[in-house]
Amino acid sequence: MSLAFDDYGRPYIILRDQGQKKRMKGLEAYKSNILAAKAVANTLSSSLGPKGMDKMLVSPDGDVSVTNDGATIVEKMEIQHPTAKLLVELSQSQDAEIGDGTTGVVVLAGKLLEQALTLLDKGIHPLKISDGFDRACDVAIKHLETISEEIDIQANDNEALVQAACTALGSKVVSKRKRELGKIAVTAVLDVADLARRDVNLDLIKIQTKTGGSVEDTRLISGILIDKDMSHPQMPKEVKDAKICLLTCPFEPPKPKTKHNINISSADDYKKLYLQEQQYFVDMVKLVKNSGANIALCQWGFDDEANHLLLQNELPAVRWVSGTDVELIAMATGARIIPRFQEITPEKLGKAGCVKEVQFGTSNERMLVIENCQCTKAVTILIRGGSQMIVDEAKRSIHDAICVIRNLIKDNRIVYGGGSAELACAIQVLQYADEVSSVEQYAIRSFADALEGIPCCLADNCGLNPITSVAQAKALQLKENNPRIGIDCMELGTIDMKEQRIYETLSSKKQQIQLATQVVKMILKIDDVIAPDDY
Amino acid sequence: MDIVGNVLPQVLKDEATEDKGEMARLQSFVGAIAVADLVKTTLGPKGMDKILKPTGPGQEMTHITVTNDGATILKSMYVENPAAKILIEISKTQDEEVGDGTTTVAVLAGELLREGEKLIQKRIHPQHVIAGWRIARDVALKRLRDISTENDINSQEFHDDLVKIARTTLSSKLITTDRDYFADLCVKAVLRLKGSSNLDYIQIIKLPGGTIRDSYLDDGFILKKQITIGCKRRIENAKILVANTAMDYDKIKIYGTKVKVNSMDKVAEIEAAEKEKMKHKVDKILKYQPTVFVNRQLIYNYPEQLLADSGITVIEHADFEGMERVAAATGAEILSTFDAPERSQQVLGHCDLIEEIMIGEEKMIKFTGCKKNEACTIVLRGASTHILDEVDRSIHDALCVLITTVKNKRVVWGGGNSEMQMAAACEEEAKKVQGKQAFAIEAFARALRQIPTIICDNGGYDSAELIQNFKVELQKGNQTCGLNMTDGTIGNMNELGVKECLRVKEQALMAASEAAELIMRVDNIVKCAPRKRERA
Repeated sequence: MSLAFDDYGRPYIILRDQGQKKRMKGLEAYKSNILAAKAVANTLSSSLGPKGMDKMLVSPDGDVSVTNDGATIVEKMEIQHPTAKLLVELSQSQDAEIGDGTTGVVVLAGKLLEQALTLLDKGIHPLKISDGFDRACDVAIKHLETISEEIDIQANDNEALVQAACTALGSKVVSKRKRELGKIAVTAVLDVADLARRDVNLDLIKIQTKTGGSVEDTRLISGILIDKDMSHPQMPKEVKDAKICLLTCPFEPPKPKTKHNINISSADDYKKLYLQEQQYFVDMVKLVKNSGANIALCQWGFDDEANHLLLQNELPAVRWVSGTDVELIAMATGARIIPRFQEITPEKLGKAGCVKEVQFGTSNERMLVIENCQCTKAVTILIRGGSQMIVDEAKRSIHDAICVIRNLIKDNRIVYGGGSAELACAIQVLQYADEVSSVEQYAIRSFADALEGIPCCLADNCGLNPITSVAQAKALQLKENNPRIGIDCMELGTIDMKEQRIYETLSSKKQQIQLATQVVKMILKIDDVIAPDDY
Repeated sequence: MDIVGNVLPQVLKDEATEDKGEMARLQSFVGAIAVADLVKTTLGPKGMDKILKPTGPGQEMTHITVTNDGATILKSMYVENPAAKILIEISKTQDEEVGDGTTTVAVLAGELLREGEKLIQKRIHPQHVIAGWRIARDVALKRLRDISTENDINSQEFHDDLVKIARTTLSSKLITTDRDYFADLCVKAVLRLKGSSNLDYIQIIKLPGGTIRDSYLDDGFILKKQITIGCKRRIENAKILVANTAMDYDKIKIYGTKVKVNSMDKVAEIEAAEKEKMKHKVDKILKYQPTVFVNRQLIYNYPEQLLADSGITVIEHADFEGMERVAAATGAEILSTFDAPERSQQVLGHCDLIEEIMIGEEKMIKFTGCKKNEACTIVLRGASTHILDEVDRSIHDALCVLITTVKNKRVVWGGGNSEMQMAAACEEEAKKVQGKQAFAIEAFARALRQIPTIICDNGGYDSAELIQNFKVELQKGNQTCGLNMTDGTIGNMNELGVKECLRVKEQALMAASEAAELIMRVDNIVKCAPRKRERA
């Protein structure tokens, strides 16, 4: 680090332990930051699109995961470089907000930074570059809105939603079954969606995984699957017309929270206490039974004696049901969660058509299914697959698909995929660039180039010649004034994305461009990096 | 440094590594193929076993395992390579899902990747390979399902099929010489379950001593426990009360109690009260009028003596599984409270005879003529614990396959017949498909054909010749031909009675192709810096 000296030649110390710190300034800092961020973007770029490849990630503990999902990749890479970390957050915020397009956003940011680097070499000030990018971004967003189309999500048996889900699933390892899985995702979302308010509470969709079988065996259960079994091995394995009592108190003598001591000073006391303890169990079970419940689900444990009394009273019960499951069951069956035995009333019971135990494979693992719930507002997607890695990846993929469908229900405007939307924006931005008379013109033009990078990258991943196919598509877009021309990734013989029915949500695309621009602007503003030397 | 000469900043952590493109793929292939090669010598009736020896300090060093079971071998291996881990994972899943074919699935995935590597070297893009494999898998699966047959569950044919399947599964194991005996034993055990798939009810007891031939299926139920001293050793027409209750000091469960007395007399009183409470419980139990009392938990001397005095035979400390099995076998209800003696008829289990028996050196309790005859016991004898462990695993495999068959009912011919049929179907398909995918479909067929090839090789036969003859035989329309591994010829599977369960084959095919696809799609491996462990 450069040192400052006073008039007498003595060094100033400005930062603590200045000698041990690393510092990068000016152009050097810009370049180093950009290169680090680009390195991350490069890793992701080969995952983009339907023919994108997967990444294998080995965790610090040696666990392997294989994924195509941008957010997961960057998260599990354990990136250390501070600027590169910004891209990790970028991908994660896209994941949190939209749920899909996490790879695209990082690749776009990478392309923008690449352009910024050449502009910096030309001697353009970073702030001018970021101003230009900002203006270009506005133009692109506006253009996206004009080319977007509203679709009727319910027409033709929700065909549009299924297609959009297929687009999201197309790049994943489960792409072979994308249509089936897409349909499962659509049904799941529509089951829980509130179409009047255009809102979907994704908490109501439970995604449960279980290794074994194949991805084809994945199915939708219109009810809730919980990874528990009956508390006593001899309880009935199936309860029809279940009236569910949902408890958050244990079948045990109460434990008051205030500290107390019961002193036993005579044998009579001892006997009384014993009788009272026995009475507790009898009362508890009686209270549940009297309410008319025929199955009890409890968040806590049971005492052996209580457990047997339940069996004796023909009241099947499940213990240690997790808190989230309890809430889900409450929503689905219309049950009220009951915190004390005294408060059990018949109105508070939930209703379901059937509660039964199901078994998988040879390893004695059983789960409980609650089907035909009274307010069927919760569903479970049970994912199967040949190994843990496949099941995990399928779960991530279905999550993406569900997010896409939710976004479409919220906002039914779409743009077409295959790089066509980016290409259309690039053309628009380029036109706009020529109208700007200041230095920003160059930055705006570069922004257009960066946008073109996306279809380029798509074509590259699909084994097409990127330059030829992008040039061809661009020329056709201009000639026919058709913003739906893109890259024919699946080699279906048409480059009109409307015909290929590659749908992407407008909100996702908008968010991608905005977020990527923001992060790039942020990176361009850093002109000084101070870090400890050994970091 | 990149091409232009910029020094790339370090993005990942210090010890993390990143491999891209060809390097990453090479790493995956090498790892996966190595794992497949490791287990492939165990495949088939002439496959060899492996010795697994644990590493690290301590007593465990001395305990070795000798096995032929793919899942056991792979589970115990420590591998670093991520692709190898995927193969191990699918083998484990196969074990959990169907119980057998754990070697086949790893070998098939390995062979697929070996073929895949050749295609990559020919400059075919991995996505094209995957596209081809997907077509091939569907075709193979369809053919597999087409050639399978189904018999009515109650028919004699189905029973014969079960025996044949068990024989086939056991033929690759240590007990291959006694496979007829054990096949029969397993089938009987499974049929007792009457369609339920709960393996818990088949208990396997391993006792060193004697020979493998001395193993037997006991139609009763054997509990590896002892009857408490001072009780009758033989009870006819037993009424059994199965309980899960504390029979020791039986503490009061109300929170925060504490005994606080001011004189010795009072202590004595409380003690008497405690004793009385215990007696009270015993009295309540006696009201049920059982002749045998089985408890999961310990029974203290005092209640034990009380019970014994009343002529009840006491069995204490039966663990959870034992208790559930006793309950299932005798039709008893597991009790924890004893306030409803009027339900005595309902809750007591029944069996004709309970007696203490000696197997080898150990005393056990045998329940014969139980009310519900679902539970049963297989007693395994053998010269050493290693042999017993391996026999246990083999029997477990066979039982799993049989249960799967009972559920699924469909069977295919063994001896490599199904693999060859699938390979033939893939090859026919390859002729119809346009584009590069066709190469991948052919590769898929070759990988499938590797399974019978390896089986031949392991038997020391001329695989090239045999497989070619096999192909010709199939081409002629001989649907039941397969490898005769005793003579090294192509034989008739119907005559030899070699059958396999469709579900096992299906699962192996699907899991292996899914895993191969997963590995094929990878073009980048990022290994995070290993977590630093504090040295203890």
